[in-house]
Amino acid sequence: MQFGVFTVGDVTVDPTTGREPTEHERIKAMVAIALKAEEVGLDVFATGEHHNRPFVPSSPTTMLGHIAARTERLLLSTATTLITTNDPVKIAEDYAMLQHLADGRVDLMMGRGNTGPVYPWFGQDIRNGIRLAVENYELLHRLWREDVVDWQGKFRTPLQSFTSTPRPLDDVPPFVWHGSIRSPEIAEQAAYYGDGFFANHIFWPKEHTQRMVGLYRQRFAHYGHGSPEQAIVGLGGQVFMRRNSQDAVREFRPYFDNAPVYGHGPSMEEFTRETPLTVGSPQQVIDRTLGFREYVGDYQRQLFLLDHAGLPLKTVLEQLDLLGEEVVPVLRKEFAALRPAHVPVAPTHASLVAARDAADRAAADPAGTGDLGGAGAEGVR
Amino acid sequence: MTRRTLAVVSAGLSQPSSTRLLADQLAAAARDELVRRGDEVELRVVELRDRAHDVVNNLLTGFPSPELRAALDAVTGADGIVAVTPIFNASYNGLFKSFFDVVDAQALVDRPVLIGATGGTARHSLALEHAVRPMFGYLRAVVLPTSVFAAPEDWSGGTAEGALRARIDRAGRELADQVDRRPPATGPADPFALTTDFAQLLGSREG
Repeated sequence: MQFGVFTVGDVTVDPTTGREPTEHERIKAMVAIALKAEEVGLDVFATGEHHNRPFVPSSPTTMLGHIAARTERLLLSTATTLITTNDPVKIAEDYAMLQHLADGRVDLMMGRGNTGPVYPWFGQDIRNGIRLAVENYELLHRLWREDVVDWQGKFRTPLQSFTSTPRPLDDVPPFVWHGSIRSPEIAEQAAYYGDGFFANHIFWPKEHTQRMVGLYRQRFAHYGHGSPEQAIVGLGGQVFMRRNSQDAVREFRPYFDNAPVYGHGPSMEEFTRETPLTVGSPQQVIDRTLGFREYVGDYQRQLFLLDHAGLPLKTVLEQLDLLGEEVVPVLRKEFAALRPAHVPVAPTHASLVAARDAADRAAADPAGTGDLGGAGAEGVR
Repeated sequence: MTRRTLAVVSAGLSQPSSTRLLADQLAAAARDELVRRGDEVELRVVELRDRAHDVVNNLLTGFPSPELRAALDAVTGADGIVAVTPIFNASYNGLFKSFFDVVDAQALVDRPVLIGATGGTARHSLALEHAVRPMFGYLRAVVLPTSVFAAPEDWSGGTAEGALRARIDRAGRELADQVDRRPPATGPADPFALTTDFAQLLGSREG
């Protein structure tokens, strides 16, 4: 199972000091968080994409390319890439380029974006959100798999004899997750392509996640990609930890009470009861996180949100230490022990290349007389 | 015998509340009429005052607490609705509006709704017509022709009491009529139900 962090990239006043970081400080803090994630042994760093204040990450591949050059093992991802307002041609090119530079340590998560005014800045309309996600991803999917594409759609200028360059590394496109909170159409989309489904799983009740993942698993099987429990599921999560749980509660409360999204609403106690937010000791985080699989099944990726609501970088790095030293090692062991053998781990570039090669050999030897020795996602990580 | 449920929404703030009193009387009139016609009727009362914080939290976070979820399901899953608000500053009070603001915009389509209001003066009575009725019109609910406003003099006995009683009974009969015309409600809609498949989603881009 993969563990990592995802960041929204918000610039928020620290409510305990009244200080707002500059955009420059926030951008550098995001990079520091990514480097720390690798240092403490996490697997994934994912950045949001936004084109409006108070958010800074408008150019994810620039940031991820920089992080790629400064890391060795960390998988670089997004949370989310705007499949609605970005040109799918530019996504195909940018992320293929990133994939080459990062030697395959790249995947990405598609999302729609929920801020109406942003759409027209890119010539779109939020009322077409689902239709844009469907059409643009269909094109992106082809651009990474077909050398020459002729294409006509509703939202973008047609393409004639177009080749997206560079071609994906080893001719294997980056793995794609589709993220959604409560749009069943997106679970359906992920299932149709056999892609991963990522349930945001923060700020919302677990029932949303349970229903969406259940639907995705069922439709994944319907489209013939495997059994429901073999579908590729990722979850978000939100935690704040101190060794002593009362210290965590005391320290996090002002950030909670003033946070964008949920601040000035429910109490922290209500919100921790009604959503997956955990504020407490590392052991409490371990227990709560292990509980996620009871309602989504065995899953492949767990990303934590650690750095929003104005928390200072120093605190976030301390959270990463706790995550890397005390939480993730236990979770890795426990989840691995619970996972049945037929449930795959998360795909990586290496596993996807191996799976493609195995499929090619199987196609060349349909009778199955030779030793195909295929290693799917199962064996590689 | 058909099983029917009526949701009774009261946005009264004081306790005891004349708004709740009117809501109960309207609900009882509709229930008695349905029972007379052979239905079995369950009343589900939603006191918005008890869910006031939850309603605001839902506006801020985008999702209801379990208790508010139960209240929303009671309303959106009912065969008919009695909705009563006090009139503040010439309109429904903020709690009433905020509650219906977190009801899904499609959830009350074709649902019979009996509207009522209370106020400190009879001069507020048309607020039912210029504020409450249009809101349910937007939600495409079926708002009954009779709406019932109770002013202080309506509670004070004598002939005024008789007039209010007559309006309540007429409104109750109208709600029973509308409920009777429809098949029993199937409960709240499932927001996570997949109503399309991917072939259709892909195909819709041609249209």
